[in-house]
Amino acid sequence: MSDEALPRRRFLVGAGLAGTAVAAGLSPPATAAPPSPAEAAASTATAVSPPPAQPEPLLYLNDTEHAFVVAVVDTFIPADELSPSGSDCGCAVYIDRQLASAWGGGARSYRSGPFFKGKPEQGYQLALTPAEFISAGIAAANDWSRKTYGRDFDGLAPDKRAEALKEMQEGKAEFANFSSKALFGRLLTLTMEGFFGDPIYGGNRNKVSWKMLGFPGLPATYANVVEEYRDKRYVAEPQSIADFS
Amino acid sequence: MVTRLKDVDAVTVGFGWTGAILARELTKAGLNVVGLERGPDRVPGEDFILPSVRDEVKYAQRLELMMDNSIDTITFRNFPNEQALPIRRIGAFLPGEGTGGSGIHWGALLWRNLPTDFRIRSALTERYGKNAIPDDMTIADWPVSYDDLEPFYDRFDKTCGASGQAGNLRGKKIDGGNVFEGPRADHYPNAPIKSSSAGLIYAEAAKSLGYHPFPTPVAIASAAYTNPEGVTLGACEYCGYCNRIACETNSKASANSTILPALRLDPKFELRSRCFVTKLNYDKAAKRVVSVTYTDMRNGEEYEQPAGIVILSSFVFGNVQHLLLAGIGEPYDHASGKGLVGKNYAYQYEAGAGAFFEDKEMNPYWGSAGMGVVIDDFNGENFDHGGLGFFGGGYIACNTAGAPPIAGRTVPHGTPEWGSEWKRATVKWYHHAARFNTQGSVYANRNNYMDLDPTYKDAFGRPLIRLSYNPPDNEYKMSAFLLSKLEGIIKAMKPTRYDMHPRPKTFTIVPYQSTHNTGGTMMGADPKSSVVNRYLQSWDAHNLFVQGASVFPQQHGYNPTGTLGALAYWSANAITTKYLKNPGPLVQA
Repeated sequence: MSDEALPRRRFLVGAGLAGTAVAAGLSPPATAAPPSPAEAAASTATAVSPPPAQPEPLLYLNDTEHAFVVAVVDTFIPADELSPSGSDCGCAVYIDRQLASAWGGGARSYRSGPFFKGKPEQGYQLALTPAEFISAGIAAANDWSRKTYGRDFDGLAPDKRAEALKEMQEGKAEFANFSSKALFGRLLTLTMEGFFGDPIYGGNRNKVSWKMLGFPGLPATYANVVEEYRDKRYVAEPQSIADFS
Repeated sequence: MVTRLKDVDAVTVGFGWTGAILARELTKAGLNVVGLERGPDRVPGEDFILPSVRDEVKYAQRLELMMDNSIDTITFRNFPNEQALPIRRIGAFLPGEGTGGSGIHWGALLWRNLPTDFRIRSALTERYGKNAIPDDMTIADWPVSYDDLEPFYDRFDKTCGASGQAGNLRGKKIDGGNVFEGPRADHYPNAPIKSSSAGLIYAEAAKSLGYHPFPTPVAIASAAYTNPEGVTLGACEYCGYCNRIACETNSKASANSTILPALRLDPKFELRSRCFVTKLNYDKAAKRVVSVTYTDMRNGEEYEQPAGIVILSSFVFGNVQHLLLAGIGEPYDHASGKGLVGKNYAYQYEAGAGAFFEDKEMNPYWGSAGMGVVIDDFNGENFDHGGLGFFGGGYIACNTAGAPPIAGRTVPHGTPEWGSEWKRATVKWYHHAARFNTQGSVYANRNNYMDLDPTYKDAFGRPLIRLSYNPPDNEYKMSAFLLSKLEGIIKAMKPTRYDMHPRPKTFTIVPYQSTHNTGGTMMGADPKSSVVNRYLQSWDAHNLFVQGASVFPQQHGYNPTGTLGALAYWSANAITTKYLKNPGPLVQA
């Protein structure tokens, strides 16, 4: 799916990702434990025939931005023996929805001027909302990518994507009028939120990261097991907000 | 046009812990009290429920319970010669909003200051000589002693259903508790919170080095408990969704869970939430605050609420801003060192460590905010500072508050932040990591203060508070000392590997460090050296009582809520037993 020859079209990206998900053995959607035999059977059936890949409806990102985000989250979280790729885990969906949320629109942040660059110790000082910041950052990153590699970021091979992200992480990628390091930081945080947050937000599909970590999700209580399981692994099928609802 | 409302006996400006304590004590004494709160009302049975409270994205990342910076923020600079810029979204500290304030999402560590903390300037002078305290260290004795406050600390312990192990019961030292603490009149209401694997290994290692480990004291009920208000609190579930989040079982104490259930039933009390107080109306000649002006956020209308007694109970920054805007007291002037309002701002100096034990299972995701084991051997004057080159200290803890997957994953230094190698390290170490914290004092310094910003304004057009803060070298050395002691304990735990996390010398407003801001309306023995007297009564307005950590003369090595809760009960007691009989200054200037 990261083949440079692949055109950057969303439905193709989506179709390619779905294949990776199956190959990596993405777990079926879990039901609240303990499942009845009928539920268990239904669940198994889902695993055998996963839903067909759908183009993901987007709330905020345009197609170019979405392709960029998919390429980023798949580089941060590559498909491997531990998990499917970032986009297969829903990280791009998570980011799109967050940017469309009140937070993405700059809610609860102070946006009055005057604006000065300030010192790093003084934190974020731009007028841009988080959504505007990402859009402007992606445009700057793709400009830089075209100048440096001759194509947009999502058109790069996996090793070049990783190299480009490392340049941004270290602030060596010189974007026009934009901090590559700041963009990198925001993208990494959003990706990790999507990967590890509750699936209700569109990421962490099928609680894939919680299963990977051995994180049980939402407990009802641990008061009765804290002492019994000292220095002994406590294992439980992860429960998410939806499982309790 | 401002609508003038009919008089009430007392009004609180802000409704967190201190607003609720004062409102409860004053209504019990027969006063009609109005509680004004800028944010929404938060009701445990409706707002703190499963499964919605167990949401790391909403609460820990998006900070649902915190102040709205589009309405109000502060500006920040490290040093007085720099341009201060607004905190556009809070990070290093997280003041709350809504009824309960910061006391909903807090970590609920419930500490008392040491007896020597209350007379720190005198104690340092006696022990190290009269020239020992550097000129720029503007620390002061408190105008109250530990013994004055002990009954009120005890009262607050019981309101909260606190859990812990006493280490000094009426002078008798008890092994397994904090043997350095001041004498307590009574045990904690509840037995300590259970310890995790990591906490027990830490306790063994600390003991082997001759230290005195004990379970961290918390305002979290380890068992179901009915407090003196008749409110029943649930037992801690060790759910791991605690810091920055409300408690679903009402085990972690908040004003909402411990006081408001009783207060809401009292017809003498009226809560007005979403009412933002913008002004204290001060009659300088009469030395009274005659009323407060607020905007009802639901209709945009302005109201003037006259009151016999005004309780200023917002967060540190709001308290200072109100006094400066109203012209109550003399503003601190950094250049000359004169003036008091805004002086002696202090923070908390925290630094930590992570250790990894490949053969130990930590089940890191369970815990409560205060679940941990701690030593107090290097706090305050519990140790000799001779030759160390700094004053102050702090506690050293192994915290097992839960390791939520977005922000609670610890990997060894040098691990990549992304990619397959990062993923493998994350999975490898998640179950085997332990985390540590040193929480140190910040002694007041003449360069750390608050004043009004000349440029930036809040949504009501009021100048923002401008914070100038950088930890003095004294604090940096103090923290390095605590980290060296922590490193010794970690080594004795025999980890596979570990990393120490010292703080940079320059304070940064992101990421999160601590919400423990103090000072700016310091309490003291006389109006020449303080903003409020020993009963938290303003020297310049006798019906104004300023609550919260803004009255601390400096920050000691403990979480502030235990002391600010005790001070609130102490102040309320002075109002109901002394002030109501004879309204006027309770201490003659």
